[in-house]
Amino acid sequence: MKKSKTQVIVGMGTCGLSAGARQVHDALSALLAEHPGSFELSGTGCIGMCYREPLVEVREKGRRTIYGGVTPELAAEIFERHVRGGDVLEENVALNIADGEIEGGQEQGFQILQRKIVLRNCGTIDPESIGEYEGSGGYKALRKALLEMQPGEIIEEVKKSGLRGRGGAGFPTGLKWSFAARYEADRKYIVCNADEGDPGAFMDRSVLEGDPHSVIEGMIICARAIGASYGYIYCRAEYPLAIRRLTIALEAARKNGYLGSDILGSGFDFDVKIKQGAGAFVCGEETALFASIEGKRGMPRIRPPFPAEKGLWGKPTNNNNVETYANIPWIITNGAGAYAAIGTEKSTGTKVFALAGKVVRGGLAEVPMGTTIDTLVNEVGGGIKEGRKFKAVQMGGPSGGCIPASLGQTPVDFESIPATGAIMGSGGMVVLDDTTCMVEMARFFLNFTQSESCGKCTFCRIGTLRMLEILTRITQGEGEPEDIERLRTLGAQIKEASLCGLGQTAPNPVLTTIRYFRDEYEAHIRDKKCPAGSCQALVDFFIDPEACTGCTLCAKNCPVGAISGSAKQVHVIDNSICVKCGKCMTSCNFGAIYKR
Amino acid sequence: MEESFSYRLWRYDGQPGELIPLLQSAQDHFGYIPRRAIRYIAGVTGVPESEVYGVITFYSQFRLQPMGKHVIRACDGTACHVSGSRMIIETIEDELGIEDGGTTEDGLFTLSIVACIGCCSLAPVIMIDEDTHGRLTPSSLRKLLREYRRREKQAAAAAEAGCADRA
Ligand SMILES: Cc1cc2nc3c(=O)[nH]c(=O)nc-3n(C[C@H](O)[C@H](O)[C@H](O)COP(=O)(O)O)c2cc1C
Ligand code: FES
Repeated sequence: MKKSKTQVIVGMGTCGLSAGARQVHDALSALLAEHPGSFELSGTGCIGMCYREPLVEVREKGRRTIYGGVTPELAAEIFERHVRGGDVLEENVALNIADGEIEGGQEQGFQILQRKIVLRNCGTIDPESIGEYEGSGGYKALRKALLEMQPGEIIEEVKKSGLRGRGGAGFPTGLKWSFAARYEADRKYIVCNADEGDPGAFMDRSVLEGDPHSVIEGMIICARAIGASYGYIYCRAEYPLAIRRLTIALEAARKNGYLGSDILGSGFDFDVKIKQGAGAFVCGEETALFASIEGKRGMPRIRPPFPAEKGLWGKPTNNNNVETYANIPWIITNGAGAYAAIGTEKSTGTKVFALAGKVVRGGLAEVPMGTTIDTLVNEVGGGIKEGRKFKAVQMGGPSGGCIPASLGQTPVDFESIPATGAIMGSGGMVVLDDTTCMVEMARFFLNFTQSESCGKCTFCRIGTLRMLEILTRITQGEGEPEDIERLRTLGAQIKEASLCGLGQTAPNPVLTTIRYFRDEYEAHIRDKKCPAGSCQALVDFFIDPEACTGCTLCAKNCPVGAISGSAKQVHVIDNSICVKCGKCMTSCNFGAIYKR
Repeated sequence: MEESFSYRLWRYDGQPGELIPLLQSAQDHFGYIPRRAIRYIAGVTGVPESEVYGVITFYSQFRLQPMGKHVIRACDGTACHVSGSRMIIETIEDELGIEDGGTTEDGLFTLSIVACIGCCSLAPVIMIDEDTHGRLTPSSLRKLLREYRRREKQAAAAAEAGCADRA
């Protein structure tokens, strides 16, 4: 088939699809059927600019024009004016790239500070085509590792790169591999942790959806280095698209001789299976994850013995995170030195962050380690939505903590972030503004960890419940002055007396918010006020007279008759009668009701 | 999905670690895990029924009750939570008259509250079956749910008309 010179590529990650990429793709397909050969249509993974989805790229001779917020109608216009007429629709261009350099577009601020290693192919290649991965240098590293390097040399290279695990704890990857390499056994395993349990993080999903081969290639190289013959990818069931793309990728890799027996003629055998998680946060913890693969309840166990000695099925096992593996091919191809030159001295390379929450540009951003929080939020993320005030970032999910805006100059790396009381975590960064109540934030996470605790350790099982009860009553205006101290004591005990990382870190969100936002706790307890205007029991409800159309729906829905007003007239809430159930707010079709 | 539940059971060859995939395929097949599936699985794998039950109740994915025709997964992950997911969930509860884990009387919808479906930048987000819907407001959500209802009614009416035609 003759290649058309113009390619049209639609972003088909989960974020794109939910924003309507399927309809855009259908519209383009119909146009292509009407005008055969006028362009080539394909799909790609997450480009990172989730906030501008659906994204459509027009690629011609070294020039890439990425359009944002594309509707089927706009797609038709892009076809008419750009693809056929050669006329760029400037007002819709999110990003303009010529010969690999960013030249312009409304979103260049989001991209310009990024350095893409893990995301090198995400959003540029078709993740369902192994040919495109190979075309962009894929599986070259594997060839080099299998045919030109000894296992020991691979491990040395990874050690020298300074790569540290991206799953949260930041353990040096090369060192971990050397442990698993040391043990002799009839069988060894490689596991890829794709459980991504942090609620508010989606880096691993995007990598698996956008560039599954990079993870698979990293796993094969690791298997070779430690002498493993079997691998598992443990992926959460909530990611059906990632599982589908991984399945396709594994099949293609087998067909091209990268998996199976005698890989690339090296005499080395290795194959990978996908295991679907079944919805348990604690299964992200490696020993619980192994139990789950073995078909049991996912309960963590005491380490040692460490997985390198006794892991899956009691055999030496190496477990790494998705992003850790995705770094490996780049390191092998470009050399440890090139990798170590990026980032800081002790935290080398880049880190992918999932920016979400109250930030203008929510999406995936890969930046060198050591970039400051302020840079991520204000420059990459474009600041706070609706011009509100930046209050804090939440990092590390339920195991992490809230870092206040006043510490915005903190560089993100494995040394500086833990010093604030939070953790690096896997890369979820939820940005909070002045409408977020920090006590409620702490309650939210405790609620999560409490329900996800596997129940093995008493302190984790019952201690988190006690903390949750205290936090709940504070947010309901029933807090007692001693509660802050109670939370701190309980928190310290839970950290001390829990077996796995879940319990050991569960109190972090509470302890960091007490540390940095104690005044908010006190306002709830002493003044029975929620300064952020968020806790329902402690605020009053109002109707915005500008937005109210007098439709009477809120008054009809109010269970206590606190709302008065006649049809087509602005309604009013009597706060002395209101029971703060919030029903008016969810029934209003015009967003006219607010709380303060 | 790929292989049917009965095929998987039949093919089971004593490989360890097959319990969860078997349960997943039972749930795909029946929509939930009925008592008899637990018995089949225990019989074939030799894992005691009580232990199968223990595994089922450990993982939030598994259900022991039938689900509605459409499963609504409402996200209450961090990003959605700070973007008003509570209000979204309350709207669903109000519109459908069910709570987390409940199914509507007509068997059309089941509500399940989940933590993060990986579309945080479109918060607040819900999934209805395999389709994700983002940037919701109470009123856009009500519209969406009513649209599903309307389509179901139409389909039911069409089916009835079809029957009448044939009779
Ligand atoms: C409660 C809990 C949940 C975890 N969840 C994840 C997860 O979702 N993904 C992940 O890669 N690591 C997770 N971890 C960390 C893993 O136990 C393990 O350290 C990691 O996968 C190692 O990979 P790395 O060395 O590449 O970072 C979790 C740990 C704990 C204690
Ligand atoms: S927090 Fe709702 S999709 Fe991630």
